[in-house]
Amino acid sequence: MIATAPGRWRHLAKVFFGAREVSILIVVLAVFGLTTAYNTSFADVLSVQQLLVGASVMMILAVGETMVIITRNVDLSIGSVLGISAYAVGDIFLHNPHFPVILGFVAGAGVGMLCGVVNGAIVVVARVPSLVVTLGTLYAIRGLDAIFVNGIQINPSSIPNSFLAVGYETILGVPWIFIIAAILVLLVGYVMRAFRPARDLYAIGSDPDAAVLAGVPARRRVFFTFVLSGTIAGFAGGLWLSEFATVSSVAGLGYELLVIAGVVVGGVAIFGGSGTVLGAALGVILLNTINQALVALRISSFWDEALAGALLITAIAFDRYVFLRRERANRARIAAHATA
Amino acid sequence: MPQRDVVETEAGAGEAPLSPPTVDQPQPVTATASAATRGTGFRWQSLGRWEVALVAFVIATVLFGSAESHYFLSGGDLFDFGLNIGPIALMALPLTFIVMTGEIDLSVASTLGLACSLLGYLFEHGWPLPLAILTVLAMGVVTGTFNGILVTHLGLPSLAVTIGTLTLYRGIAEIILGSSSVTGFPNSYDKVGTSPIPGTQFTWTLGIFIVLAVVFGVVLHATPLGRSLYAIGLNKDTAFFSGIRVKRIKLLLYTLSGVICAGAGILWTFQYASSRYDAGTGLELDVVTVVLFGGISIFGGKGTIIGVIMAVCVIGGIQSALTLINVSAQAQEVVTGCLLIISVVLPNSGAALGEWRARWVRAVPRRS
Repeated sequence: MIATAPGRWRHLAKVFFGAREVSILIVVLAVFGLTTAYNTSFADVLSVQQLLVGASVMMILAVGETMVIITRNVDLSIGSVLGISAYAVGDIFLHNPHFPVILGFVAGAGVGMLCGVVNGAIVVVARVPSLVVTLGTLYAIRGLDAIFVNGIQINPSSIPNSFLAVGYETILGVPWIFIIAAILVLLVGYVMRAFRPARDLYAIGSDPDAAVLAGVPARRRVFFTFVLSGTIAGFAGGLWLSEFATVSSVAGLGYELLVIAGVVVGGVAIFGGSGTVLGAALGVILLNTINQALVALRISSFWDEALAGALLITAIAFDRYVFLRRERANRARIAAHATA
Repeated sequence: MPQRDVVETEAGAGEAPLSPPTVDQPQPVTATASAATRGTGFRWQSLGRWEVALVAFVIATVLFGSAESHYFLSGGDLFDFGLNIGPIALMALPLTFIVMTGEIDLSVASTLGLACSLLGYLFEHGWPLPLAILTVLAMGVVTGTFNGILVTHLGLPSLAVTIGTLTLYRGIAEIILGSSSVTGFPNSYDKVGTSPIPGTQFTWTLGIFIVLAVVFGVVLHATPLGRSLYAIGLNKDTAFFSGIRVKRIKLLLYTLSGVICAGAGILWTFQYASSRYDAGTGLELDVVTVVLFGGISIFGGKGTIIGVIMAVCVIGGIQSALTLINVSAQAQEVVTGCLLIISVVLPNSGAALGEWRARWVRAVPRRS
C-alpha cells in the first residue's frame, strides 16, 4: 500500500487483461460502432441478423474446438467433418423427402460422431500427436466426401422447407440458428465451469503427466473430447445445410483455420489449459464482424484473410506478453518474500 | 557417422550435471534413454526400420503403378511426376530441418502463393524478370524471417504462428492480385512447365530438388550444423547448454524455408504460365505428409534425408499412378491422408501394442 495510484492502475489493468471476454466484447462493439458511423445501414435489422447468422455455424464449431485445444490437442478435421455431414444430411433428404427434420440434425451429428471416434481412437490408442492425425483425417474425410458427392450438388428444392426454416426464421427478430448457437455456447460454457469431467480437461491441458498422476483418466477424457468435437462439427454440418440450402464437396473447406484463429483470438491458449467457450465464441464473432464490416466499408473482401491472420498473430503475441509480465511479477514477489 | 556419436555424447554429458536444477525431470530422462539405445549395437536397426518399410513402399508403388498402366515410369510419366511432386518436394527439404528441431512451418504453401502473386504483380508492372525474381526471393527472406522471429525471439508456439502466417501470407497475396491472374510470361521462362531439363526427363523443379537434396543430406548427416539439429530436436535445453545456438539456428531454418518456398513459387508460376493468388492452396498438407512419411519424427530429433526422398517417390508415384487411372484429385486425398496417418501410427504402434499386450497378459492369464 505504498503507491496507491500505480497500484490501483495495475489492479485495473489486471482485471482488464484477466477478463478476455470483456475486452473482446468491447472490440466487437467498437468495430460495430465505427462501421455504423461510416455506413448507417450496418446497424439495420436485416444486416445485424445477417451478422448473427453468419457467425452461428462458426460459433458452434468453436465450442468443440475449444474443448479440444484446452486438452492441449487440436482438431483440424472439423471443416471436412462439417462438409461430409452436411452432404450426408442433404443426401438423406434427397432420397427420403419426408424424413423428420429433427432426425436430420441427429443424423448429421451421428456422422460427425463417427469421424470424432476415428480421430479420438487414433490419437489415444496410437498415442500420435493430434495435429498430424487430424491433418490426415482432414484429407481423408474430404476425399471420402468427394467420392460420395461425385460431382452432384444438392439443391434447395430437394430439402424440406421446414428444415431450411431453421436457417432463416427468426423469433422476436433473433435468428433461430443464432439462438441454437448461443444456447450451445452458454450450456457448454457452464458445463466447462461446473463439472468435474470438464474441469479435468483443463488439468490435462495444463500438464498431462501431472493430470494422470492426480488420477485423471486422461486418455478416456481426450477420446471423448474428440468424439464431442466431431459430433458438434457434424451437428454444425446440419445447420450449415439449413443456412445455405445447397451443398457440394467443398462445404466448409478451410473452416478449421478460421475457427482456430477465432478461438485463439478469444483467449484460448494454443498450448492448452486455459480459456473459455464464451471467449472463443466472442473471438469467432469478432472475426466475422470484421469480415462483414469490410463489406460495409466497401473495402475489398480480399483484405479479409490477411486481417484474420494478423489478428491471430497479434492475439498470441499479446497473450505471451501478458504471460511474461505475470511471470516477472511473480518472480519479483518471490524475491521480495525471500529478502523480507 | 562418427559425428553422430560426438553430438550424442555431448547431449548425454551436458545434461548429467544439469539435471538437478531443471524442473521437468521426465524430459532429460527420455533424452538419455533414446540417446543410450541409439548408442548401442542395435542402433542402425532401430533407425533403419522405417527406411526399410519405405523401400517396401517404393517397390509396392512401382508394382502397383506398372500393373495399372503401361505408361507408368515412361519418360513422359516421369515428367508429369516431376510437375506434380517437384514443388512439394522442394518445400519438404527445409521443412525436414524445421520438423527435425521439433518445430513446424505450415505457411509454406502460402509463401509459395505469395511469391507467385508478387512475381505476377511485378511482371505486370513492367519489372524486368530477373529483377522481379530477385525481389521475390528477398520477399521469401522477409516472410521466413518473420516466422522465425515470432517463434524464436518472441517464443511463440510455431504451430499457432504458422497457422497465422498461413492465413496472413495468403491474404497478402489476395490483396496484391485480387481475383485476377497474370499470364504472358516470356516463353523462355514458361518452358519450365513444358520441357524437361535438356538431356533428361526431369522437370526443373525435380532437378533442383535432387541437387538440393544432396546438399541438405550432406549438411544434415555430415556437418556439425546438421548434427546439432538432432540435438535440438531431442532436447533443446540440453542442446542449448551444450553450446548450440538454438535460437539462431531455428531462425536460420525459417529464413531458409521462406527463400526455398519463394523459389518454389517462382518455378510454380512459370510451370503453370500464370500467376494467381490461390496458387498451391492446401499444398502445406502434402508437404507435411512427405516429411512425416519420410520418417522425420513430429517430436523432432529423428529421421534421414533418404527417407524424405523415398517418401517423395512413394507419394508422387501413387498420385501419378492414380491420375493415370483417372482417380480425381480430390479422391486421391483419401490416399494421402491415410499415408499421413500410417506414417505416424506405424512407428508408434509397436510400443502401444506391447503395452496393451502386457496389460492383457496381466489381466487374463493365457493358456500356454
